[in-house]
Amino acid sequence: MEHEEILHRCFRCGFCKLPSDYGSLNCPAYLKYRFESFSPGGRMWLIRAWLNGQVRTDPRLQEIFFSCATCGNCVEHCIFDKFRESILEAFIAAKAEMVHQGTVPPPVRDYLTRLLAHGNPYKMPQKKRGQWAKELGVPSYTTDAEYLFYVGDVGSFDGRGMEMARSVARLLLKLGVSFGILGENEGSDGNDARALGEIELFEHLAKRNIETFRQAGVEKIVTLSPHGYNAIKNDYPRWGGNFTVRHYTQLVDEILTPDGFPGQAGSGSVRKATFHDPCYLGRHNKDYDTPRRVLDRLPGIERVEMPRNQGDSLCCGGGGGNFFTDLVCSGPDTSAAARVTEAAETGAQLLVTACPICTVMLEDAVKSKNLEQRLQVRELSDLVLECMGG
Amino acid sequence: MPFMNALVDIVGADRVSNDPAELFIYSRDSGAQPPGRADYVVLPKTAEEISRILVLANRDKVPVTPVGAGLTLSGIVVPERGGIVLDMKRMDRILEVDEINRYVVIEAGVSQGALREYLKKHHPRFQHSTPEAPPTATVTANALIHGHGHISPRYGINSDMIAGMEVVLPTGEITHIGACALGGKWFSRGPMPDLAGLFVGWYGTTGIVTKISLKLFPKPKFRQVIVFQTDDIDLLPEAIAEIMYLDMAEDFFLIMQEKPDWMNHCFLVVILSGHFEAELALKKEAYQRLLSNFKGDDRISFVANLHPALEKRFLDVPPLAALAADFRKGGGFQYTGAILPIDQVPAAWRRGIEIAHKHGMVCSYVHQVLLGNSIMFGFNYSFNRGDEADIERARLALAESNRTTLELGGMIWKGEKSAQQMVLAKMEPHTARFIRRVQECLDPNRIMNPGKWEVP
Repeated sequence: MEHEEILHRCFRCGFCKLPSDYGSLNCPAYLKYRFESFSPGGRMWLIRAWLNGQVRTDPRLQEIFFSCATCGNCVEHCIFDKFRESILEAFIAAKAEMVHQGTVPPPVRDYLTRLLAHGNPYKMPQKKRGQWAKELGVPSYTTDAEYLFYVGDVGSFDGRGMEMARSVARLLLKLGVSFGILGENEGSDGNDARALGEIELFEHLAKRNIETFRQAGVEKIVTLSPHGYNAIKNDYPRWGGNFTVRHYTQLVDEILTPDGFPGQAGSGSVRKATFHDPCYLGRHNKDYDTPRRVLDRLPGIERVEMPRNQGDSLCCGGGGGNFFTDLVCSGPDTSAAARVTEAAETGAQLLVTACPICTVMLEDAVKSKNLEQRLQVRELSDLVLECMGG
Repeated sequence: MPFMNALVDIVGADRVSNDPAELFIYSRDSGAQPPGRADYVVLPKTAEEISRILVLANRDKVPVTPVGAGLTLSGIVVPERGGIVLDMKRMDRILEVDEINRYVVIEAGVSQGALREYLKKHHPRFQHSTPEAPPTATVTANALIHGHGHISPRYGINSDMIAGMEVVLPTGEITHIGACALGGKWFSRGPMPDLAGLFVGWYGTTGIVTKISLKLFPKPKFRQVIVFQTDDIDLLPEAIAEIMYLDMAEDFFLIMQEKPDWMNHCFLVVILSGHFEAELALKKEAYQRLLSNFKGDDRISFVANLHPALEKRFLDVPPLAALAADFRKGGGFQYTGAILPIDQVPAAWRRGIEIAHKHGMVCSYVHQVLLGNSIMFGFNYSFNRGDEADIERARLALAESNRTTLELGGMIWKGEKSAQQMVLAKMEPHTARFIRRVQECLDPNRIMNPGKWEVP
């Protein structure tokens, strides 16, 4: 197995499950299950034991391997610099071994099967990929456009995700960005298939997208989701997919000027907002400042920070395919529930994020924690649009 | 009702497992000792749940082993004879901080990191004694193994700081020790018969501590590391005694590493603290005066340009001491924690180097002075977990260090099973039998962590 050589070097000291102040638990899987087997160190030891034949594949071991949300907290906080960068890759490699053996948890199997069969996990026909943009006046991508707006699965098919896709598209239109979409020609970015260890499917999806992008003459891409941004930026170059890619917040940050908010400055009451860092924008790509810069430019918004922010951010639990497989997303001790509680404790009225998966996860958690009267989850583009007058 | 179902009935299905994955993880720790065997892992949330589990375990004569973070490295909470492992970390509430009476009451699973951060945020003028362990280590278990922390040279070892306890006896009764037994505040464990001693240092063989009250201490605003250096090992007992006599150190270590060369000296690391900068400066001057021209010559020198890594190592609380686990690129570390009289330091120093070399290792020392009476002398061994021969070398070195400790009149802190047997074999027989009688009295079915402190 790839990265097998690091497994025995884990001391199981446990820094990997904490933020940098050590005051709370920051690993979504461990937070939910609380058995050491679900901590990153426990997983390291179990992968080694599994490869050595000391433990065998069973539903529990599958649950342990696939409940990793790939949030990267372990990589961020492991104290062993010589191998910490490979920890998450080792977890993905172990999942890949299970995928090869055909021994994955049923929800993972179902997700991957749907993705393979339908090109998306929602079992929706490909021709409906662009329907979110209907009546929005979003053009199809041509080489006349500067950017391809890459939307991805959640933005194309999830009800709330589609609202976000429309919001980002409206914002880009309002800001005068020259862009188009591929609609039914767009494919899944494959980021979460890779996180679930289906490397071959990911490669297939990536290569298909790269070919589509090339044929369409795409050079610059702006993404709705940090997940798609991560895959296109960091993995697609392996197969020659070299594009200039930005998450939409980065493009908005470049373009948005203070005079973009006519009549808004100083006109209303101030709302407190706290930003939740999406893992694939933050820890995986180290962009913590851009969305905060955008937030800070909005009139009537005062930014406050949660104790766990930036590299210490607590994942919503939806990464690593868990948004679809639900291994760490249910029950009383989810990280999303802990996160919205933390946000509410800051006194913020708005919990802002910039990822369709985070938005859905956190909105659900606000409801389950009965925080609707105190806290509203807002996707950043939607908030920017509101401040611009809709 | 099958045993597993009975456990589920007590704690719910989500907090009990008998799956091989959990049994594998909870049947070993990060040290060099061979694995044990667990049959069930349970995550209790309350003393009442533990009480019911112990009644059940007594009914079926099933062993019970409580575990915190499992970081003793010596397997003392690795179950030897199967049964239930109680992972105490779900009991993670900080229940009370009393600033006036200077104590904190916590559940047994609260981690060092969680308590430290909580105090920093809500009671920044106070601190508890934080050990050299990773922040995941539990506060209660550390106190119960006679742990020591970063203020122990000043205030004593962590078990001395216990001000009260809630304990579930092996037969299931929930008891309280100290003033809390009278329904009052958890501020002191005396003056009454000191029942805390029945549970401190026993490795869970006499009961399960579910809550603990610990003394809190002032947290001065300013801290500084000052370091002295010597190559004259024979000078150390008197130097240590004088440094402690001056009575101004917050923490005090002796360190040495054979590699790199600049570390191949004895460094006396004194951590000072003060409420005011002038106080800190005065203490620094006092120690520089004390050790300049010590015994009429310059065999001890002040390290003026302290290596930043060294300064960070000792200013950070908790320190990243776990880094030693990768010295041999293998994730393994264990040490003999020799609690020695201070006058035995030179002999132990030389012997430790010999043992390390004999087993093909580079010697690396971190020793902490505990008040003025003893030192925790660490015979440290990193090993490669992926190399059985290397693990065996570490075990042999540990055994030799344990023997050396006892030969020098010391005691072995949180020793592995074989070390416990060495101690019991050397112990005056009436004392050893007394230990067994206490265990038999409290735990008639001998279900509690069997195999540990087992008097033949």
